[in-house]
Amino acid sequence: MSGEPAALGTPELPTFIRQGTFRRLAKMPTVWIATVILFTALFFSFFGALLAPFDPNFTDLNMVNMAPFASDFLLGGDRAGRDIFSRLLVATSNTIGGAAIAVSISVAIGASIGLMAGYYGRVFDALGAWLSNLIQALPGIIVLIAVYVVAGPSTVTSMIVVGILIAPVYFRLMRNVVISVRNELYVDAARVSGLSDIRIMSRHIFVVVRAPIIIEMAYIAGIALVIQATLEFIGLGSPENPTWGGMLQDSFNALYISPFAILWPALSIILTVLAFVFLSNAVRDTLGDPRSSGGKARKAIVSTPDSRATADAGSTHAFLTVRDLSVAYPLSKNESRTVVNKVNLEVNRGEVLGLVGESGSGKTQTAFAILGLLPPEAIVDSGRIVLGSTPLLGLTEKKLNALRGSEIAYVPQEPMSNLDPAFTVGQQFGYAMRKKLGLSKAQSRERALSLLARVNINDPERVYDYYPHQLSGGMAQRVLIAIAVSCDPELLIADEPTTALDVTVQAEVLDLLRGLQQERSMALILVTHNFGVVADICDRVAVMKDGEIVETGDTRKIVKHPEHPYTQLLLSSVLDNVPMRAPLEPQAEVRA
Amino acid sequence: MSREATPLLQVKDLAVEYRSSGWRRPANRVLHNVSLDIHEGETLGLVGESGSGKTTLGRSILGLVPVASGQIIYDGRDITRARRRARRALAKEIQVVFQDPYSSLNPSLLVSDILSEPLRAAGIGGAESRRRVRELLDRVGMPADASERYPVEFSGGQRQRIAIARALALEPRLIICDEPVSALDLSTQARVLDLLIDIQERTGVTLLVISHDLSVIRAVCHRVAVMFKGEIVEQGSTSSVINHPTQMYTKKLLLAAPVTDPDEQRERREARRLLAETEAVA
Ligand SMILES: Nc1ncnc2c1ncn2[C@@H]1O[C@H](COP(=O)(O)OP(=O)(O)OP(=O)(O)O)[C@@H](O)[C@H]1O
Ligand SMILES: [Mg+2]
Repeated sequence: MSGEPAALGTPELPTFIRQGTFRRLAKMPTVWIATVILFTALFFSFFGALLAPFDPNFTDLNMVNMAPFASDFLLGGDRAGRDIFSRLLVATSNTIGGAAIAVSISVAIGASIGLMAGYYGRVFDALGAWLSNLIQALPGIIVLIAVYVVAGPSTVTSMIVVGILIAPVYFRLMRNVVISVRNELYVDAARVSGLSDIRIMSRHIFVVVRAPIIIEMAYIAGIALVIQATLEFIGLGSPENPTWGGMLQDSFNALYISPFAILWPALSIILTVLAFVFLSNAVRDTLGDPRSSGGKARKAIVSTPDSRATADAGSTHAFLTVRDLSVAYPLSKNESRTVVNKVNLEVNRGEVLGLVGESGSGKTQTAFAILGLLPPEAIVDSGRIVLGSTPLLGLTEKKLNALRGSEIAYVPQEPMSNLDPAFTVGQQFGYAMRKKLGLSKAQSRERALSLLARVNINDPERVYDYYPHQLSGGMAQRVLIAIAVSCDPELLIADEPTTALDVTVQAEVLDLLRGLQQERSMALILVTHNFGVVADICDRVAVMKDGEIVETGDTRKIVKHPEHPYTQLLLSSVLDNVPMRAPLEPQAEVRA
Repeated sequence: MSREATPLLQVKDLAVEYRSSGWRRPANRVLHNVSLDIHEGETLGLVGESGSGKTTLGRSILGLVPVASGQIIYDGRDITRARRRARRALAKEIQVVFQDPYSSLNPSLLVSDILSEPLRAAGIGGAESRRRVRELLDRVGMPADASERYPVEFSGGQRQRIAIARALALEPRLIICDEPVSALDLSTQARVLDLLIDIQERTGVTLLVISHDLSVIRAVCHRVAVMFKGEIVEQGSTSSVINHPTQMYTKKLLLAAPVTDPDEQRERREARRLLAETEAVA
């Protein structure tokens, strides 16, 4: 048996992501600063008590409200005559410890219930949602005051309560992630392989949720710290153990006599909280969507008809021009592999260009380059991409986004992984149309329903409310097409848009695309490996092999008189020529 | 031979419904009285319109969706509502290859972990499991060093080979292939189909191949069942169904396949449009 083209044939799959996360994080100064602050805080929360020069409760009446840097009390004395520096060091442990308690409690409760609710659904889900709503409906501060009254002043108790109050955040997070993973095919495969539920959860589900949980943990730690400080500040803390919040309150009462004293606890709180928040954000940004561990998810891109006026109606050159485009991926320090090599393409308004070639030939990479969707590791060595009169290469992400929003639409390959599992079909439609076309909710619904009907979906009303896992493979593909054309794009790039459709539906979808393209004189690039589809809809074809365009021209000419041997090969490798499989045992055949 | 007497898998009057998300809406019945027999060693093709319920039928055999009524009998045993434990034992008998080679392999696991997963669930570990993983990769034509890599590093066709290897790990007697090649390009499709045929010839495994594409069915299936709106409308040997279709949908399926000649294709498109119009008038 011959194998497929080598793995490296599909560089749309960046292996870099895994090792890259830490390296990319390490390059950000905010991450460094935040890490240093947090490690310092952690260090003092363990060793603060040992390092403190004075006992935190040692009072020296001479030092009452002493100014900083003026005596043995490095940061001055508080209004009871205690050393602020020592108290600050000792308080670190109580403060950070308190936050740690709140975080652990909320993770333990929220995440475990969320896991069960997401995985088993039904009763667990209903119960979990009920509990979480109940907790969220409680007025937090009143609960905390009540606990204070009943249980007395204790940082530990109040932080446990805070942990419970925050738990719904983890519940939601965990539940939603688990639900989206639970519908992944690899979880089904694990089930069919005979794995127990616990094995499935720990092997397949936990790996996916751990990143978002860690991100959220840093964020929640910051919030817990703020809540704790607030509680202490309004006097709900325990007076024996110094905490930053307690010190804040202490110094606040003496604000006019000794204005500096408030600075130290306030600074400690602010710096630590900011460090938590910045770290959490940086990790979130670097990991991107926590689910896209393979980096494969690409949203359908939609566009609006405005700004059409700016286009150069009278000009002679093509609507989209790609010149000498090359895309490469780094393999190691000084090696790279070119996946798109000096590609030239042109598409006019109202024209359909077919981009054909085997998998790994660089079709999708070319499309991504036009859309500005290449992963950050990709190197675009040379070339020019001009849409209308706007050069696309080198535009900032923001400008590109606006442009993508107003001119280009995209139908991605792999329908299932490109629909967001957490939103219904209607929601995925609505957002784009309301934002780009300014339609009302009812209008966008109406438009979505009519588009769903046009891509031949039976019962659009029902499907409008479906979540992606409720769609069949072919329905998902049609939904993506409908979303992509929902905002009247001028250029539509469709990547293998009919692979999951049977030929009858495929014919309808191609009719729809042809219709749209003629009505609005839209330019269409159709990436495909199917010459039947090419013959049906394309005006011109470009044949790609190993990143290069080996032949391009009028469809009729290429299909009837292919010049390049590769084109001839592609044209001859049609399954129709494979001999039909004979019945297993002719005599056993029974016609039902 | 008493092959007809005891099919390996019998599906009798199967009905499947999905609960609707809204409360008041009735459940959505997607399979109506589906009956099928699959005999040991054969390949049965299931072809049909998108959304007609092909995947649902496969998943109900695998126990991934609950059955509303009817029976699924495997090797004489009723497995329609098999419990979790009985299901786990069935892992050695019935396996699956899914349509989407991207989401059917967990992106965060090494290929060796993916392949040893069913082995470990069956209590095979250590050196034996490693040996089996090597053997499996070899059987599907992948290099041995593939095991220390992640799924993202492979092309669609290679991933589908890995998925097939996973399905073969426990040496099942029946493999359900749900659109095994529809995400692949043509020459890769041909190679993966060859692999399936080759495996069947060597091991005698029974295959249920679900596809929307008649040319795939034609290449690998001994018999075909045609599904339309949740019902089996036509069933028979591949040649009789393809050469003498009796049902409207099957005829359309044959007519709608695009040909590579643009002029001929234009005529076919016109013919199809006329057919649709006359149908609409009627
Ligand atoms: N989890 C689900 N919940 C509700 N409805 C579902 C669910 N899964 C599938 N359906 C519905 O069941 C019907 C049949 O779907 P199925 O996936 O079996 O179709 P299919 O024949 O495999 O189609 P395709 O060729 O497009 O994959 C569709 O209408 C689909 O919306
Ligand atoms: Mg399906």
